Amino acid sequence: MSNDLSPKERMAIDRVHMPELPADERSTNFEEVNLGLSADQALSEAQRCLQCKTRNCVAGCPVGVSIPEFIDALACDDLPKAAKILRGDNALPAVCGRVCPQETQCEALCVRGKKGDAVAIGYLERYVADWAMLHPDRLLKEAKPEATGKSVAVVGCGPAGLTAAGELARMGHQVTIFEALHDTGGVLRYGIPEFRLPKEIIDREVAVLAELGVTIECNVIIGKTLTVAELSEDYDAVFIANGAGLPTMLNIPGENLKGVYAANEFLTRVNLMEAGRREDSATPILQRDEVAVIGGGNTAMDCVRTARRLGAKRAMIIYRRGEAEMPARIEEIKHAKEEGVEFIMLTAPLAIVGTEDGWVSALRCQKMELGPADDSGRRRPQPVADSEFDIPAGIVINAVGTNANPLLTATAPDLKLNKWGNVVADEEGQTSIPGVFAGGDIVRGGATVILAMGDGKRAAAAIDQYLKR
Amino acid sequence: MFEVVSNEILAENLHKMVLVAPRIAKARKAGQFVMVRLAQGEERIPLTIGDADPAAGTITLFIQAIGASTRKIVSTPVGGFIRDVAGPLGKETHITNWGRVVCVGGGVGTAVLFPLVKALAEAGNEITTIIGGRSERYVILADELGALSKNLLITTEDGSLGYKGFVTGPLSEMIADPARAPQAVFAVGPVPMMKAVANLTREPGIETIVSLNPIMIDGTGMCGGCRVQVGSETKFACVDGPEFDAHLVDFDGLSDRLTSYRKEEAARHAAEGCKLAKEVAK
Ligand SMILES: Cc1cc2nc3c(=O)[nH]c(=O)nc-3n(C[C@H](O)[C@H](O)[C@H](O)COP(=O)(O)OP(=O)(O)OC[C@H]3O[C@@H](n4cnc5c(N)ncnc54)[C@H](O)[C@@H]3O)c2cc1C
Ligand SMILES: Cc1cc2nc3c(=O)[nH]c(=O)nc-3n(C[C@H](O)[C@H](O)[C@H](O)COP(=O)(O)OP(=O)(O)OC[C@H]3O[C@@H](n4cnc5c(N)ncnc54)[C@H](O)[C@@H]3O)c2cc1C
Ligand code: FES
Repeated sequence: MSNDLSPKERMAIDRVHMPELPADERSTNFEEVNLGLSADQALSEAQRCLQCKTRNCVAGCPVGVSIPEFIDALACDDLPKAAKILRGDNALPAVCGRVCPQETQCEALCVRGKKGDAVAIGYLERYVADWAMLHPDRLLKEAKPEATGKSVAVVGCGPAGLTAAGELARMGHQVTIFEALHDTGGVLRYGIPEFRLPKEIIDREVAVLAELGVTIECNVIIGKTLTVAELSEDYDAVFIANGAGLPTMLNIPGENLKGVYAANEFLTRVNLMEAGRREDSATPILQRDEVAVIGGGNTAMDCVRTARRLGAKRAMIIYRRGEAEMPARIEEIKHAKEEGVEFIMLTAPLAIVGTEDGWVSALRCQKMELGPADDSGRRRPQPVADSEFDIPAGIVINAVGTNANPLLTATAPDLKLNKWGNVVADEEGQTSIPGVFAGGDIVRGGATVILAMGDGKRAAAAIDQYLKR
Repeated sequence: MFEVVSNEILAENLHKMVLVAPRIAKARKAGQFVMVRLAQGEERIPLTIGDADPAAGTITLFIQAIGASTRKIVSTPVGGFIRDVAGPLGKETHITNWGRVVCVGGGVGTAVLFPLVKALAEAGNEITTIIGGRSERYVILADELGALSKNLLITTEDGSLGYKGFVTGPLSEMIADPARAPQAVFAVGPVPMMKAVANLTREPGIETIVSLNPIMIDGTGMCGGCRVQVGSETKFACVDGPEFDAHLVDFDGLSDRLTSYRKEEAARHAAEGCKLAKEVAK
């Protein structure tokens, strides 16, 4: 197979559609919704890439994946080469191919998107990554690095920590990841549900790290079990990637009623603790007919679709701006709608109403309208007078966001924080403590998988430089 | 994996377990707890670190087997393993020399109280410990606590041992007597007991600290499940507590939230043919 079509021939090919499970079937189980492209589809989609000189797509990718190059290899049916290029730039391609907001990153800048549909870069990334996982024997072997004798401690086993660990191990450093929970993956495991990202993908990525010699110690809470200072003593460098896990409260009446969840609790019960997933699951979860989820981001979509799968007849998104302003990935919004989720837009919660015996019965709301733009560039929602109304609900889930968790920083007095409690780090991840680097959500506040990974990658390079001094 | 090196039965359904956990043994302070998950697929539950031996690298847990998870944990034999033990979590107890201190423990709360009494005694406080149980069979750690306290008072609801009645009886007598009135009170036990103690000490303005027991998932402040109302603020017991000023705690709210999964638990007990099912469903 070759990739020497004329531009005209390429332009004539239509964008593929990702095959997916039918909505009525999938809304009752946790099977992955997107089924992945067939070989023919992947080849045809790869041939749509114009291989343009400007490589705009690469500029749109926070880790700068060599997109035209890996797509060209794919179009030539050279999957080992495509996989090598992709893996060289991105430590978790099977994850990114599933959860990155491609439509606002690489695909947003694709030349073909100016007239018609952008190349489905995310789908192709997933295709190549999945192929690589299934064909480990056909991958081009990585040379084993020479041991440098230096050691690095990584705090947190989310995308930032995993990426940094992989990079550092490939440079020959001895890496140990310390994870507070009993399992790996961070938000990838406890936050993002299996219908978007199967746990098996995380397990395989982690297995690759283990092969590289990375040690992972779960149940170790840095700041409690061990301190940053102790890590600095025992290791040559430290990378802090403990995420941004501390729920933001709504601060409205009724927030502590039974049946009110913070998104992290709801998702953790289901994803990490398997509540509601197995008949005999040890961890309980409430299941009700009417579930109201407050928020418009990926977390809100994950909660509402999970609630639907747990049996909610009416699963609702309550968001104070309009649909166009929702920060969630477009695909997630589309999938949620297909699965029967109701979108109640321009609506802000005022209070949670309860029954006499302390259970949630309704969410009291107010209608909103969009006023002038605020600092974020989005139009600011303003309340409409006399527009209060109640939405009946047996469960209310708060998915409005998270703050920096102080557990680690409280015992690291020398670590400089900003006013929101996030760790201050420069471009390369260097913090106020020499030899201690940081990246991902703990530096940025709630962001994305790929930005966290980009931080892990840059920090690994900086740590390598630091260790060579 | 955390090895069980001893597992003794102290009273009906009350086990004292010693586990190998060197890092936790070294780092822990009075008032802190661990999150325990017996095995893959099991629940994560909080348990107070009752004692620790940093030299031997072990921690001691006192576990009252009341439901499915605690029952499975205590059934781990010596030489067996617990898959996940994470900690120490929570804030350490603020220990100072108040002078006269009363420590009140009810049921399994008595075990949670043990490290507090030990730390308070080490700080030079004169301690009266009041422990209560439904009957003689539920009174635990009397010898151990007696050794650390100036006085040890025992109450049982049926009068089978010590005073007949609740722990609040001897406590209110002490408060009423200026020569014996405490400068501080620590109370750990069932929510209604802690609430009753708080009500006794509020008016005389005696500093009172309780250790709260909300339902927890991660224990690291990530999920928000353990929230309790303290004064005008919502606090996360796992990171802000578990100890709080008793006069500010909304005990009714806490009690109520603790019943969140009663139905689900009852179903699970029933499914497991557990004799507790009838009791929980009541
Ligand atoms: C429900 C949900 C859905 C999302 N969907 C998307 C999406 O579709 N696409 C996208 O790009 N992004 C998404 N995000 C955001 C994305 O998941 C995060 O930006 C990303 O995971 C951040 O990576 P991280 O490595 O910085 O932190 P995390 O993934 O949060 O990992 C941090 C890890 O550190 C551990 N840890 C915390 N404290 C300590 C400590 N003191 N000691 C040891 N370990 C500690 C934590 O347990 C955790 O495992 C979503 C987020 C959520 C919550
Ligand atoms: C910080 C902290 C420290 C603790 N320390 C200890 C300890 O040292 N020893 C000990 O035996 N227990 C301790 N507990 C309580 C222990 O975690 C619970 O008893 C346990 O989670 C019950 O699990 P189960 O599956 O066995 O019972 P379940 O089947 O879950 O519950 C049985 C009954 O207990 C009630 N219950 C559920 N969760 C709790 C809870 N967190 N506290 C009290 N009652 C609950 C239920 O409503 C039900 O009536 C502590 C709790 C906290 C929050
Ligand atoms: S247990 Fe999750 S925040 Fe406290």
